[in-house]
Amino acid sequence: MNNLVVSPAPHIHSGNSVTKEMKGVLIALIPAYLAALYYFGLGAFIVSVTAVISCVAFEYLIQRFLLKSELTINNFSAVVTGLLLSFNLPSNLPIWIIIIGSLAAIGIGKMSFGGLGNNPFNPALIGRVFLLISFPVQMTTWPKPIPFNMAYLDAETSATALTLLKEHAGTLPSTLDMFLGNMGGSLGEVSALALLIGFIYLLVKKIISWHIPISILATVAIFTGILHFIHPEMCALPLTHLLTGGLLLGAIYMATDYVTSPMSKLGMIIYGIGIGLITVIIRVWGSYPEGMSFAILIMNGFTPLINAYVKPKRFAEVVKQ
Amino acid sequence: MKTFKIGGIYIEEYKLSAGERTKVITLPQQVVVPLRHYAGKPSIPQVKRGDFVKVGQLIGLADGFVSANVHSPVSGKVAKIDNALDAYGYKYPSVFIDVIGDDWLETIDLTPEVNHTCELTSSEIIKKIAESGIVGLGGATFPTHVKLTIPAGKKAEVLIINGAECEPFLTCDHQLMLEKGEEIIVGVTILMKALNVKKALIGIECNKNDAIINIKKWAKTEEGIEVVPLQTKYPQGCEKQLIEALTGRRVPRGGLPVDVGAVVQNVATTFAVYEAVQKNKPLIERIITVTGKSMSKPGNFWVRIGTPLSHVVEQVGGIPEDTGKIVAGGPMMGRALFSLEVAVAKGTSGLLFIPSTEAYRKKVENCIRCSKCVFACPMGLEPYLLMSLGEKMLWEEMQKNQALDCIECGSCSFICPSHRPLLDYIKNGKVAINNIKINSNN
Repeated sequence: MNNLVVSPAPHIHSGNSVTKEMKGVLIALIPAYLAALYYFGLGAFIVSVTAVISCVAFEYLIQRFLLKSELTINNFSAVVTGLLLSFNLPSNLPIWIIIIGSLAAIGIGKMSFGGLGNNPFNPALIGRVFLLISFPVQMTTWPKPIPFNMAYLDAETSATALTLLKEHAGTLPSTLDMFLGNMGGSLGEVSALALLIGFIYLLVKKIISWHIPISILATVAIFTGILHFIHPEMCALPLTHLLTGGLLLGAIYMATDYVTSPMSKLGMIIYGIGIGLITVIIRVWGSYPEGMSFAILIMNGFTPLINAYVKPKRFAEVVKQ
Repeated sequence: MKTFKIGGIYIEEYKLSAGERTKVITLPQQVVVPLRHYAGKPSIPQVKRGDFVKVGQLIGLADGFVSANVHSPVSGKVAKIDNALDAYGYKYPSVFIDVIGDDWLETIDLTPEVNHTCELTSSEIIKKIAESGIVGLGGATFPTHVKLTIPAGKKAEVLIINGAECEPFLTCDHQLMLEKGEEIIVGVTILMKALNVKKALIGIECNKNDAIINIKKWAKTEEGIEVVPLQTKYPQGCEKQLIEALTGRRVPRGGLPVDVGAVVQNVATTFAVYEAVQKNKPLIERIITVTGKSMSKPGNFWVRIGTPLSHVVEQVGGIPEDTGKIVAGGPMMGRALFSLEVAVAKGTSGLLFIPSTEAYRKKVENCIRCSKCVFACPMGLEPYLLMSLGEKMLWEEMQKNQALDCIECGSCSFICPSHRPLLDYIKNGKVAINNIKINSNN
C-alpha cells in the first residue's frame, strides 16, 4: 500500500511491442521462405542464413563498439532486415558478397542514421541496390528453380521473366508457374501465392494496412493495362507484371516498412501510386528489367515531404465561425 | 452497426462486474463532501462548525452560473470546513460531517413508485436541476443546468443520452440501465421537455445487450425516444464521437454540441434528473464500480457522495494483495490515486485495482513510425508528431498541428508498440499553448 504507482492516464496498454510487430512480419514471411527453400534448395538456405546472421552481427558490433549505445538486437528488426535482404538476392550469391550487402544495409542504411526508427531509406533495399550497382553480374545471374536443389554456387542458371520481356528472347513461364513461383528470380520474390498468404496474415493481424500494397498493385495494373492496350509489343499484360519480379515482395513487405513509409492513409496511397508509376516506367523504358527497389527508395525520399503536406482527415475540419 | 468514422480502437473489455446487482455501501463515521466537483467554481458553504444537518440539506450554494449546489449526503453534525485532497491531488474546501443516524429531509419522496407525470415548464425543470446540484456524472462533472441552458441564437434539435460506457472495466451505467430503466426513460422525457425537443437518441454499445433490451422496452412507452445500439469501440462515450455516431454530425472546432443541434447527457445524470424533478431528491449518491483483475468480487455499489474511498474498500473486502496502482475512474481516462483517503465525488465512476505487474509503464523505445497512433486517434491528429514537437517545446508548431483538438482519450499511448508517452506530451503542450494564449490576451 505504501508503494502505489501514480502516473497519468491511460493506465492500461495494448500489450503491443516493437518485438511483437517484428515477429509478426517474420511469421508472415514463412510461406515465402518455404517456397524459396523448395525452389532454390541449399542456396536459398545458405544465402538467407548468412544474411540474417551477418545483419544481426553488424548491428551488435556497431552498437557495442562503435556507438557504445544500448543493444537493440533483441527486437528482431535486424533479423527482418537480414531476411528481407536475402529475399532480394539470387540464391547462388557468394557468401562474401552477402556480407558486404549486410554491412551496407545495417551500417549505411540503418545505424548511420541512429538505428531503428530514424532511417530514411529501407535498409534491406539499400543493401540490395548497393550490391546491384557494385556486383551487376553476380546480382543478375539467377538459378533455375529445381525442387530441393542441392547445388549452391554452381547452380544452373536461367533468365528471369522480366529479363525475357526486356530482351524479347525466349518464352515466358506459364501464368500458373508465375503464380506458384516456378521461375527464376530472387529467392523470396518468386512465389506470388506464398507472398499473398503472408499478406493476408499481416492484414488480419493489423500489422500493416491495405493502403500501400493495394495502391501499388492497382497503379501497376492500370498503368500497364493502358500501355498494353496502346502497344502490346512494348508492355506485357498487367497480370504478367503483377506476378513477376519483386513487385509483390516489394509492395507487401518492402514498401510497407513502417519507418520509411508515410503516416497518413492518403499519404500512403500517394506513396503507393508513386512506387507503382516509377516501377512501370523503369520496367518499360529503363535500362534495368526491374525497377521495384529503385521505385521504393525514390518514394522513401519523398516520405518526409508527404508527411509534411498530407495530413490525416481531422475530426474538426470545420472551424466554428 | 453505427459508430464514429475517424480512428478509435477496440480494447479488451474486462467488464468483470457486469450484471452484478447494486449493493449499498453502509454509512461511514465521517463524510468529507467536496464543495467543488472538478468543473466550475467551488460553492459557498451554507453551514458552520457544530451545525446539525439532515440528508438532502443544502450545504454549499453555487457561486455563479458555472458552479453547482452541494447537499449533505448524510445526517449529522458539521465537524469542520477545511481543505481536503480530491482525486486529482488538489486541495479544495470540503465540509466534514460526523454521521449521526440517517435522517432525511421530509420534502424528499422516498417511495419506490415511479412517477411519470411532470407538470413543470422548461425553465422550472432547469431551475429544479440547478437547485438539486446535478452535474454530469460521466466524469467531466459539468453542471447540468448550464448544458441545458441553450445560448441565444442556438436551437437544440435532439437530446442524446450517453449509455456507451466505452471505458473497460466500468459497469456502473450498465447496471443502472438494467435496474432503473423506467426511471431513466422518465428522466429522458423530462430532459426533452427542458430542452423543448421532440427527439431523443440513447446510444448504448452492443456489448451491453441486456441493457439495450431493457431500455428499449421502456422507451417504447414514450414518444420520440430511440435506442441505438453502437459498435463497441473506444472512445465512443466521448461527447463528440457519440454525437457523430448517432447523428452523423461533427461538432466544429471550438464549438459546442449545440452548434450541431445536440445536447448530450449521461444515463446516470438522466437518472439523477428524474430523482431531482420527480422525487425532490438532490444529488447525494451515485453508483460506483469497484473492480480489478485480482478482486474476488468486483461489483457495483450505491455510495453516498463524500464517503472516503478507504471506507468503500473496507466494505467490499479490502485491497487485493498484488495491487500496484489504484485508479479513480476507468483505466483509460481515470486518475491514479496516491492514497485512499480521498472522498467519493460526484464524478467518481469507479475504483480500479491494477496488479503491480501491470502498474508500471514499459521502457520507452524509438518511434518506429508505424502509424498506429495516427490510425487510432479519433480526432484525426498525429500523436507521434505532436510528441516530437512537444519534446522540443515547439508549442506554436503543436498548435498548428491542432494539438488543442485532442480529447485526451489515451488511444495513442495505449496502442503505441514503443510504449511512448504520447498523451503526456500532448497534454503538456496543450497547457503550454493555453498559457501562451492567456498571456497574449493580457
